[in-house]
Amino acid sequence: MAGWFNKLKNGLKKSSDKLTDSVTQVFTHKKLDDQTLDSLEEVLITADLGVSVASQIVDQLRDERFGKEISNDEILTFLAQKISEILDPVAHKLKIDTTKKPYVVLMVGVNGSGKTTTVAKMAKQWTDEGLKVSIAACDTFRAAAVEQLEVWGRRLDVPVFKKELGADAAGLAYESYDKARKNQDDVLLIDTAGRLQNNTDLMNELVKIVRVLRKHDADLPHACLLVLDATVGQNAHSQVETFSKMVDVTGLILTKLDGTAKGGVVVSLADKFKLPIHAIGVGESAEDLQPFTAKDFAKGLVLKNE
Amino acid sequence: MFNNLSDKLNNIFTALKKRGALKEEDVTAAMREIRIALLEADVALPVVKEFIDTVKEKAIGQEVVDSVTPAQMVVKIVHDQLVAILGAESSELNLKVTPPAVILMAGLQGSGKTTSSAKLAKFLKDKQKKKVMMASLDVYRPAAQEQLKILGASIDVETLSIVDGQKPLDITKRALKEAKLSGMDVLILDTAGRLHVDDALMDELIAVHKLSKPAETLLVADAMTGQDAVNVAKSFHERLTLTGTILTRVDGDARGGAALSMRQVTGCPIKFAGMGEKVDQFEIFHPDRIAGRILGMGDIVGLVEKAAEAADEKEAAKLQKKIQRGNFDLGDMESQLNQMLNMGGMGGIMKMMPGMGNMQEKLLGAGIDDKAIKRQIAIIRSMTPKERKFYKLLNASRKRRIAAGAGVPVQDINRLIKQYEGMHKMMKKMKKLGKKGMLRGGLEGLFS
Repeated sequence: MAGWFNKLKNGLKKSSDKLTDSVTQVFTHKKLDDQTLDSLEEVLITADLGVSVASQIVDQLRDERFGKEISNDEILTFLAQKISEILDPVAHKLKIDTTKKPYVVLMVGVNGSGKTTTVAKMAKQWTDEGLKVSIAACDTFRAAAVEQLEVWGRRLDVPVFKKELGADAAGLAYESYDKARKNQDDVLLIDTAGRLQNNTDLMNELVKIVRVLRKHDADLPHACLLVLDATVGQNAHSQVETFSKMVDVTGLILTKLDGTAKGGVVVSLADKFKLPIHAIGVGESAEDLQPFTAKDFAKGLVLKNE
Repeated sequence: MFNNLSDKLNNIFTALKKRGALKEEDVTAAMREIRIALLEADVALPVVKEFIDTVKEKAIGQEVVDSVTPAQMVVKIVHDQLVAILGAESSELNLKVTPPAVILMAGLQGSGKTTSSAKLAKFLKDKQKKKVMMASLDVYRPAAQEQLKILGASIDVETLSIVDGQKPLDITKRALKEAKLSGMDVLILDTAGRLHVDDALMDELIAVHKLSKPAETLLVADAMTGQDAVNVAKSFHERLTLTGTILTRVDGDARGGAALSMRQVTGCPIKFAGMGEKVDQFEIFHPDRIAGRILGMGDIVGLVEKAAEAADEKEAAKLQKKIQRGNFDLGDMESQLNQMLNMGGMGGIMKMMPGMGNMQEKLLGAGIDDKAIKRQIAIIRSMTPKERKFYKLLNASRKRRIAAGAGVPVQDINRLIKQYEGMHKMMKKMKKLGKKGMLRGGLEGLFS
């Protein structure tokens, strides 16, 4: 565990440096006044927390400490704690029900959010845990998306079900379930093509995948995970909202947390949608998928690196 | 939330009894709303601050013209300033070097480099008659080179042959040589996605840049990017000296504040906008359009252009004549519905109209979406030509036949006829009102 925390911390270092710097700049004077609170709100906004959550947190600080002396450390602890309180209820690992054979996980998201890489990472993680995993390469639209998964499949020794470019993704998902069931696989991971949430036609295609899967079993898919890119700004709200409406998203995975942008948007998403955050992506290799831990995440975001 | 910016400003200004010049305290109040609006559109905070300062200075003391409200006046000043920063006009590629002119594509993972490379290649080949070659230097993401090769084949653009295990620098050397030998005008180098804080990969990119001496170094960035856009753009610019940006996924519903942030910190123009997944959905970037979107005011210019593209001019002229004569039939309605779909469907149209952002939800709630339009087209296509001309022919048995043909319940046929009658009536009204009347009634009138 220590290993991954360091990795996350290193990943978060740049952004928390920035945040800590800004907080320090804000607190050149010690009494908590309006100007200070305003600047503090801006600091949170810069971290993509969004205007409403940022002001909510700052209001709490105002209620408790306005006009009183306060130190930098106190302010950082306060921020970390408030952020952690928002995130804690949504930090759950995805539990695979091994009585379902296969447990079906549908991966959805906008283009370039990191679905295919995340599929590979999850396949690796579950294979390592001793589960029998297979993958359905239902991104039949993007050139070489199938090849990308096949390379991963070979590396991880996991079967990849596929069809030709342009084939019907729903049909492939349906057949893949049959195959996975016959093989008595524990998990079937379904990768889908990226689509923007405001593209009605493509969203309807996704709905079709779910509809067709449910011809096997009304409980399918057992999990539907929305993959979010951490660099995304407030549009993440629109993504979660629309995807949830169309295909009953059951959880989130946050990718690309090894860059300088992270955290903020998760806080406002957790506050608004209460969807569990199952894991975070912190790099490009198969082992760079980590559980999401509220406290560490909040700490990494606002506290100085020890 | 954003669509209400004008409303919010209106509320602030209705408190004002006296008209005349904009006063400092009113402008300050308005700027608070503008600030939140820009932040919600993902414009980076330092950029927002600088922007607000400039606009405030410009707005204070401005005379409010009689025919507009103070809120409209402020929005206009803000809009103009946005356009000014984004670059008043679109900026072309500079490829006037000894061929092959190298275009280096760089950016974060998943920003859309490979797709944009292919789109740009197609654009240069079709619109500027250039001989283009593409080469993928992405040796990290599995099958990335394959992806570019497949895309190249689909648009009939040559790609450098893939040699397994070759390093990016060696691929660059080979690409330069190959492009020169085969007399290419342009060589597009698609690179692997990388984080701006990944020193090893950034060094590799700098080496490629040094070796290939690109005429254009383009940062490919996602329109959905949040506050981090400034950090990304700044780092890439510092290390590579960018010449421009390609903004991708502009067809999404993000406000695109990142465009403003990146423009401001790099000083480089945004040259192209990616508008969809297909290789021809690629446009020269128009600053004024994104400015409207950042403010949530819609993209009227874009709408007009799209309408012009979608409508076959002759067809439109024919239709107009029919409307003027008052004989708009169901066949005409079908071609109108088709046109709407060509313009990006209801969503696409609504998004581009100022003040209509909210309408989309309402229309969807009323069951008016693209699917409904397609169903209506199916209904009309199930009619005989005679029925399309004389809808009064449609008796119960004809309706049943049409319903069966289109695969819809008979009620849908009735609804369509009702809608047609409404349109027909409206067109008669429009004929009476003339052009001027229609403008006054505006689009809201058409939908009420």
